[in-house]
Amino acid sequence: MIRYILRRLLISIPILLIGSFLCYVLVATAGNPLAEMRAKPGVTEAQVQQVANELGLNRPVLVRYWDWLTNFVQGDWGTSVALGQARAEVQPAIMDALWTTGRLVLGAELLALTLGVAVGVLAAVKQYSIFDYLATSTAFLMFSMPIFCVAVIIKNYGIQFNNVLESIGLQRWLTTAGPREGGFSGSIGDAIFKYTGTFLLPTVSLMLISFAAYSRFERASMLEIMHSDFVRTARAKGISQSRVIFRHAFRNALIPVATLFSLNFGAVFAGAIITETVFGWVGMGTRLVEAVRNFDPSMLMGWLAVTATMVVLFNLVADIVYGILDPRIRLG
Amino acid sequence: MANVNLTSASLPPAGVGTDSSHEFDAATTRTQGQLVLRRFLRHRMAMISFGVFIALVVFAFIGPLVWSYDFEDVSSKAYQAPSIGHPLGTTQVGKDMLALLMRGTGYSLQIALVVAALATVIGVVFGALAGYLRGFVDNALMRLVDLMLIVPQIAVAAIVVKGFSGSWYVVALVLAAFAWMSIARITRGETLSLSQREFIEAARACGATTPRIIFKHLVPNMIGSITVNATLAIAAAVLTEAALSFLGLGVRPPDTSLGVIVQENYGQFLNRPWLFWGPFVVLVSLSLAVNFIGDGLRDAFDPRQTKVRA
Repeated sequence: MIRYILRRLLISIPILLIGSFLCYVLVATAGNPLAEMRAKPGVTEAQVQQVANELGLNRPVLVRYWDWLTNFVQGDWGTSVALGQARAEVQPAIMDALWTTGRLVLGAELLALTLGVAVGVLAAVKQYSIFDYLATSTAFLMFSMPIFCVAVIIKNYGIQFNNVLESIGLQRWLTTAGPREGGFSGSIGDAIFKYTGTFLLPTVSLMLISFAAYSRFERASMLEIMHSDFVRTARAKGISQSRVIFRHAFRNALIPVATLFSLNFGAVFAGAIITETVFGWVGMGTRLVEAVRNFDPSMLMGWLAVTATMVVLFNLVADIVYGILDPRIRLG
Repeated sequence: MANVNLTSASLPPAGVGTDSSHEFDAATTRTQGQLVLRRFLRHRMAMISFGVFIALVVFAFIGPLVWSYDFEDVSSKAYQAPSIGHPLGTTQVGKDMLALLMRGTGYSLQIALVVAALATVIGVVFGALAGYLRGFVDNALMRLVDLMLIVPQIAVAAIVVKGFSGSWYVVALVLAAFAWMSIARITRGETLSLSQREFIEAARACGATTPRIIFKHLVPNMIGSITVNATLAIAAAVLTEAALSFLGLGVRPPDTSLGVIVQENYGQFLNRPWLFWGPFVVLVSLSLAVNFIGDGLRDAFDPRQTKVRA
C-alpha cells in the first residue's frame, strides 16, 4: 500500500512541475502588467521601470520561472501589483481565500457524497419505484442546471425567507451577502445559529450539483452490480437481502464513485468560485477575478499553483481510497 | 440482463406478430445506421428534446431576422415590465430582453457546437492513437491528459480571454482545449479492446496504414460512444461558457451570451423576476434538451444499456 501511494505521489510531481511551467509561460505572455500600469493616469515611465526591475520583468522567462519556483517552494510567493496601495504579500491573501473556499467545498462535497450515495443505492435497490423516478429526474434536472442560476435562486429565496422571519418577529437567520462580521461569538446556541445561517445557503447550492452527479453514478454502478453473477450467487446461497446489498453490492458500487470524486474536484472548485461570487464571500473566486482584471502575475501564479496542488492532492486521496476499495488496483 | 433474454425467448419469434406492417422480409434488412435511427426516432424524450433544440436554433438564428428590435438597440425605456411590445421586458440600458436572448442563445450555441466539435476531433484522434500505438505514445498522451486535468480550466480560460480577446471564437478555442480529455480516455479504452479483435489484425496484415486503420476500422466501430459523448460535450460546453461569462471572464460586450445576460440581470431577481427567469428558462432548456438527446442516442446505439444511466 505504501509503495502504491509513493508511486502515485512520484507521478504527480513532474506533472505539477510541467503544469506550473506552462501556466507561467501563459501568464507571462498573455498580458503585461507594465502596460496596465502605463495605462493608469499619472504614472511616469521611471516608476514603471522601477516596478519592472523589482518584479524582474526584464529577464528571460525561463530564469524568471526558476526564480519563481524556488521562491514558491520556500514560501515566498511574491507581491501583488494590485491589492491596494501598499503591495500585499500574495501568500497570506491566497491562504485566507483558500481557507474560505475550502470550508465551503469540504462541507458541500461530504454532504453531496453521503446523500448522493445513499439516494443512488436506494434508487437502484428500488428500481422503477416512485422514489427511483423522483431521484433520477431530480438528478437529471440538477445535472443540467447552471450552478450560478441555482445559487441565485437559492440566495433570493433565502432573502425572502429572512423577510418572513423578520415579519413574524424573529431574527434574520440566513446570511446572503458575505460571511458574518465578527466571527461566531456569543453563547453556543448563538454561535450555532450564526454558523448555520452563514454556511447553509452556499453549501446547499454547491452541494446540489455534485449530488446529482454522485447519485446518478452510484445508481448506475449499483444496478450493474446487482445484476452481476456473484450477487446472484450470494442470493442463491440464501444470504439475507440487506447483507447482499451492503456486503456484496454496495462496497463494489463505491469504486466508480471514487473515480468520479477525484475527476470531479476541479469542477467542484470552479462551482465554489461561482457560489462565492453570488454570495459575496471573499474566497478563491474573488481573488481570481481581481487578479485577472488587474493582470497581477504573482497573484495569478500563486492561485494557479495552489489550485493545481489541491487538485493533485485530491486525486491522491481518491487514488488511496480507490486502492483501499479495490485490491486489484493496490496490488496490480 | 438475464431476465430480458428469458422473456424474449418465451415470446413468439419476430415477424409472427399481428402487426402486418412489420412483416419480416429478408430482402429489406436494415443497416446498423437505420436501426439506430429508428430507435432514436422512437425515443419519446429524445424526440421532444430534439424538437426543443431545433426550436432554440430557429429562435437564435431566424428570430433576430423577424423580431422588431435589435440586441444592440438601446432606444426603449429602461426596465419596462413585460408587454406586447417587449414580451420579456427591457433591461437597465433599455435593451429588449427578447432580442438580447436571441443573440445570446446564438452565441452560446455557436460556442458550444464549436467546442464539442473540436473536443471530439482532438479526443478521438488522441485517444485512438494512444490506444492503438500504445507504449511511448500512449504514455505521453495520457500524461498530457493528466496534466490538462490538474490545470484549472476556469483560470486559464480567464487569462487567455483577458490577454488576447473576448471574442466568441477565442472562448470556444480555450474551452475546447479543456474539453477533450474525457473523450480521449473513453476512445482509448475502446481502442484498446477493439485493436485485439481479428478484423484489426486482418487489416494490419493487409498492410493498412495506421491512419487508415484508425479512421476506417476503429472509428466507425466506436461511432456510438463518440456521438453520445460529443452530444454530452455540447451540454457541458453550454454550462461552462455560461459560468465563465457569468464571472465576467468569458464573452465580453459587445458580444453577449446567456451567461452574460444572467450576470447583468440577476440583481433584479426580486424586483423584476422576468429579467432572470427568461434567460434561465432558455439556458436550462438548452442544456436539458441536449442532455436528453445524448441519453436517447445512448439508448439508440446500445439498447442493452437502456435505463441504466451513468
